[in-house]
Amino acid sequence: MTAEGIGAPVKRKEDRRFLLGKGNYTDDITLPNQTYAVFVRSMYAHAKITGLELDAARAAPGVVDILTGADVAADGLGGLPCGWLIKNKDGSNMIEPPHPALAQGKVRHVGDPVVMVIATSKAAARAAASLVEVSYDPLPAIGLLADAIKPGAPVVHDEAPDNTCYDWHIGDPALTEAAFKSAAHVVAIDLTNNRVAPNAMEPRAAIGDYSAANDNYTLYTTSQNPHLIRLLMAAFTLHVPEHKIRVVAPDVGGGFGSKIFHYAEELLVAWASRRVGRPVKWTSDRSEAFQSDAHGRDHISHAELALDASGKFLGLRVKTLANLGAYLSTFASSVPTYLYATLLSGPYDFPAIYAEVRSVFTNTVAVDAYRGAGRPEASYLLERLVDKAARQLGMDRIELRRKNLIRADQFPYQTQVALQYDIGDYHATLDLALEKNDYKHYEQRKAESAKRGKLRGFGISTYIEACGIAPSAVAGALGARAGLYEAGTIRVHPTGSVTVFTGTHSHGQGHETTFAQLVSEKLGVPIANVDVVHGDTDRISFGMGTYGSRSAAVGGSAIMKALDKIVDKGKKIAAHLLEASVGDIEFKDGNFRVVGTDRVKAFGEIAFTAYVPHNYPIETVEPGLEEQAYYDPKNFTYPGGTHLVEVEIDPDTGVCDVVDVTIADDVGVVINPMIVDGQAHGGLAQGIGQALFEEVRYDADGQLTNGSFMDYCMPRAADLPNFKVGNHVTACTHNPIGVKGVGETGAIGVPPAVINAVIDALHPLGVTDISMPATPEKIWRAIQAAQTKTKGA
Amino acid sequence: MATITLKVNTQVRTIECAPTTLLVEALREHLRLTGTHVGCDTSQCGACTVHVNGKSVKACTMLAAEAEGAEITTIEGLAQGGTLHPMQAAFQEHHGLQCGYCTPGMIMSATDLCRRSPDPSEHEVRHWLEGNLCRCTGYHNIVKAVRAGAAGMRGGK
Amino acid sequence: MKDFQFHRPKTIKDAIALVQASEGAKFLAGGQSFLPVLKLELAEPSDVVSLGAIGELRDVRVDGDKLLVGALVTHDEVSRSPEIAKAIPGLAALAAGIGDAQVRNRGTLGGSVAHADPSADYPAALLGLGAAVITDRRSIAADDFFTGLFATALEHGELVTSVAFPIPKRSAYVKFAHRASKYALVGVFVAETAHGVRVAVTGAANQVFRVAAFEAALAKHMAPAALDGITVPHAELNGDAEASAEYRAHLIGVMARRAVEALR
Repeated sequence: MTAEGIGAPVKRKEDRRFLLGKGNYTDDITLPNQTYAVFVRSMYAHAKITGLELDAARAAPGVVDILTGADVAADGLGGLPCGWLIKNKDGSNMIEPPHPALAQGKVRHVGDPVVMVIATSKAAARAAASLVEVSYDPLPAIGLLADAIKPGAPVVHDEAPDNTCYDWHIGDPALTEAAFKSAAHVVAIDLTNNRVAPNAMEPRAAIGDYSAANDNYTLYTTSQNPHLIRLLMAAFTLHVPEHKIRVVAPDVGGGFGSKIFHYAEELLVAWASRRVGRPVKWTSDRSEAFQSDAHGRDHISHAELALDASGKFLGLRVKTLANLGAYLSTFASSVPTYLYATLLSGPYDFPAIYAEVRSVFTNTVAVDAYRGAGRPEASYLLERLVDKAARQLGMDRIELRRKNLIRADQFPYQTQVALQYDIGDYHATLDLALEKNDYKHYEQRKAESAKRGKLRGFGISTYIEACGIAPSAVAGALGARAGLYEAGTIRVHPTGSVTVFTGTHSHGQGHETTFAQLVSEKLGVPIANVDVVHGDTDRISFGMGTYGSRSAAVGGSAIMKALDKIVDKGKKIAAHLLEASVGDIEFKDGNFRVVGTDRVKAFGEIAFTAYVPHNYPIETVEPGLEEQAYYDPKNFTYPGGTHLVEVEIDPDTGVCDVVDVTIADDVGVVINPMIVDGQAHGGLAQGIGQALFEEVRYDADGQLTNGSFMDYCMPRAADLPNFKVGNHVTACTHNPIGVKGVGETGAIGVPPAVINAVIDALHPLGVTDISMPATPEKIWRAIQAAQTKTKGA
Repeated sequence: MATITLKVNTQVRTIECAPTTLLVEALREHLRLTGTHVGCDTSQCGACTVHVNGKSVKACTMLAAEAEGAEITTIEGLAQGGTLHPMQAAFQEHHGLQCGYCTPGMIMSATDLCRRSPDPSEHEVRHWLEGNLCRCTGYHNIVKAVRAGAAGMRGGK
Repeated sequence: MKDFQFHRPKTIKDAIALVQASEGAKFLAGGQSFLPVLKLELAEPSDVVSLGAIGELRDVRVDGDKLLVGALVTHDEVSRSPEIAKAIPGLAALAAGIGDAQVRNRGTLGGSVAHADPSADYPAALLGLGAAVITDRRSIAADDFFTGLFATALEHGELVTSVAFPIPKRSAYVKFAHRASKYALVGVFVAETAHGVRVAVTGAANQVFRVAAFEAALAKHMAPAALDGITVPHAELNGDAEASAEYRAHLIGVMARRAVEALR
């Protein structure tokens, strides 16, 4: 390794512009002659639109144009597509109701956009929007997931009369049935995985800029994957060929999944810009974001675990109801299926698994991928169930896990739910976490808390996730409508500095640093001489973007492949200059050397020669030093580990303080430990957020009741402790870096550890269950209920 | 329209704007100082924090007209001649930022804390930052950075 | 935000005249409650009269058995004032816990009192200490000042100029904050005053209120245990997704006990 290569905790290259206030986020961009769009959105969860009165708004000062669903239809804009086809149990296709960019006669959730008002200032657009009168005929609505499948429930889409998008399954029902028949113990649990809002700190924004001069569209947007947006606009929504569309995702202030999807506003500002002949900018308010950004999670599940007399897992049966919201968002269908149920084996050796998932429409904003996407739901279900089993069987929860974890010598391990884990050492991460937590002194800490009147609880979760999505052929066979490779280009400049072009997108992950470290590792170039370009379809040839912790594993691997090509070409040039055969040239520490000699050409000399090819193998080698590679992953990667949480509960108020968080992850080879730890911290905060603080609340009629930062609780600095983070590395076996991915680990592993800790703290009082988020009132009520029961008994 | 004269990052500036203009709008849209961000509409997130006469204030919760005659410091005014302010340097050193969106507000808030309390405890930092939300870092490294930044400020760097 | 005329007078007299001149006019102090209201268009004033250029109303002084705090003194200044820390440490501690640092840097005592948010902290101190709200024309006892949800005894154009807090023997405020907004779900101010024990509760109902049963019990025996078995009926309390009325009623008891423990 070089001083700045793989494994070096170098400081981030991108920080300086952010620290100086010189970041370039979408809303920071102002184009000449720019106009401003404001959307009139439905206040009803479900209603027929019976009339639109636009005259007063049209006459308002500064109004440039007002566009409606009728204009969208007249111009033939396509509906927003879903990128993953799920098949029902009977082999038929899922139902895909239309998802128009502006409502066509009906609104289906609070926040559904109805009218687009464009004016010369945001204030003017807002004022005019308040003059738009939409007449509605309200319809009965479904606000709560459980209500969607009740007999006689309102129907969200005529295409899906029972509100079901698909009824899907995975695993072997007969094998699982047999396993349960032979079981000594069966443990059952009913769980809700609470609906949460991603709430990246930067609200979404988009600017459309149509140029009549060359009939080109430029879209600036807060996206995690600009090429994907361009592809979807070209193929499905705007119907303009890709070479006429440029999508720029500049600095993006966090995504967490919510900025993967192709949103109506992106299409509409691009389209409207052509209509009005001026750039059109839209920036979401936070309250608007709560009604228009895709949310995450929202499952109701019943699960059963079969064990033999010794506690060995025999089988798992799961039935899940998943909320998709009112419309299918870009990857919504894949989240409760292939990103969830395929993970139900967790880190455990399960001989049989059968899972059924029914996903339904409700009158709520779309639900799609949020940090972890499906995998937190799987891990929460399993880890709650395993803890319950330990309690029911009277076994130690750590020993029960130890007994059932896949052993290091069992890899590659084929699960019963399609995935094949390539490598891992779950016992090692378990031991490391327990050691870092100082578990052997836990009882002392508990006693000390008790002295202060606090109930202390210890919670554990051993988890796994699948990242680095995905082998395109596998994804395609499962219904994905896109490839999931990544592209990387290395441009070595004549003086030896390097520009990297990547199809992934960095919105906090630090790619400008980690990818430069890969270059430094391979070419020996200092990272100061490497710039990483991302987020612009005109500069980067192609890419699938950043989500599912895939950037290092897939995007990084593409860069490594391209770097290999650079080295190969460099060897040919060096061989020529050193008058040796290519086979005798080795490249090491930034030098091309004839093996076993002191005949050397530095990388910089080779780069220069490539562009000034005076003495050059011109017949066989082209001038220039730029290489591109596409990398299609051979498998998913499987990070995993153990998360331990200690909580202290104030029995008088129910307030739960997280007092210790200790984790040991195996995220594969670590490129930058500082950044990897930071990613773990962020995931932990969001995971703890889901467990204790966060929940998007709709009432039964589909009204959103906590759609602002005044009501929606997210953890603040004072709500969290410092995190103890350990790493145990087993290198991924199938990508060139050995990296697995770290973006989501915290959000996946920690929620069940938190809840298991809460239940552990309250169990002596008789509490056996509590749902997320475990708010102070919920905990207080659980204590009250348990005490009443005890007194009654 | 109102005419407002104020000092921003030591320069006297005059703005013509509607009376309803918020300070953050004046900074971002009229003066093109886009380092000050907007993350919410209910005065919770603190991404818009600037200093008004030396104290941290949410620029989304103050009318621009109220800043008449005031001295405003934004994130753009902290570094001197290209050298990062000790708090900025500490955020880089301790990886106190990821997406960078909350960062200007965090730093403006932190420098106000350290001006009052030159060696804040972890507890003090965590409580002081109640007006600033971050969704990326879990605050762990922000807290570390603020305490290191305090040391840098004490050092007079 | 709806359009309004903005005024920034230099004197109290001008400020009052400007508000009195128009029925739709409103005073603007620190704006930490009022600006969010304007942004959400929950109020649409014709005129906004800023008190920001007024040099007065910013004093803190002890006058005999009273602490006088000017209406434009910020929460941050209250929390750091050595005079207040000495006279009524419970008030200083309350101010230190309002909102967050940025809010405390702008928000003012007068603004908070006049806004009368049912979840604000100051009303508990005013009622708990038996303070008087001094306006440009009269003095209003806190018991008479808060009249309902965001409602006070102030007339249109009447300006709060200061608050006179009787200095208690001991006092304390403990709150259970809403985890998102930081407003009080329940805040309890307990004071041992020259005229007896006072207990005021904010956050739990449509307006701040006193708990006579607590006061009587604590008057007999100033200890947390004195409150054992006494409950506040939850029927008239607010309930929402963050805290039901029953939970709020329970928290009033817990916060009151903790305030008694924290008296100083």
